[in-house]
Amino acid sequence: MPTPEELKQRIEAAIPGAVAEVESPDNVHFSAVVRATAFDGVSRIQQHRMVYDAFEPGELGGAVHALQLKTEVP
Amino acid sequence: MSDNPLRDAIAEAIKDNKVILFMKGTPEQPMCGFSARAAGALQETGVAFAAVDILPDPRIRQELSAISNWPTTPQLFIDGELVGGSDIVLEMFESGELHEALGLDRPAAAPEAPAVPQATPAQPAPLGIENNLS
Repeated sequence: MPTPEELKQRIEAAIPGAVAEVESPDNVHFSAVVRATAFDGVSRIQQHRMVYDAFEPGELGGAVHALQLKTEVP
Repeated sequence: MSDNPLRDAIAEAIKDNKVILFMKGTPEQPMCGFSARAAGALQETGVAFAAVDILPDPRIRQELSAISNWPTTPQLFIDGELVGGSDIVLEMFESGELHEALGLDRPAAAPEAPAVPQATPAQPAPLGIENNLS
């Protein structure tokens, strides 16, 4: 099971310059706020897809049961 | 038609319904908090929308994600385009963008996200796709 710290590192590695805050009460349900200049000029849906790219296929909805996500341009 | 009738049926439903929400459970009986919030926001706008329960068959979700390139449920489509999952739907609802995307006037005051979806009486008739899929 991934920890919030692991997911934070993976998201930040997947999106150059991103700063992620990840929380989880149980390492199954997560919430994340991701700020990245890379989001500038990118649609919200693409911003979320960039974050989802930090996950393995099948991981979202699988080991990571839920990810509540907010993306922001700093 | 491809050799994947289920994927074709889902793509057809997205094309044929101006507003369609793929969710866990139904708007009246959502089976997941994220689906409940997305359905609740849509109901709050007063727009008629189609809803497809993805739970009866795991292949629905697989094929849907293959079409939309979006890993999670719920998924809202307007005019054949993926709008997003529950976080995006809620953000758009609160900002008034959802109303705009649905062709409605923006609400005068910022709407409050409904904590619990309200039961609405008049839903469109169940989709044919539901019968094909379950």
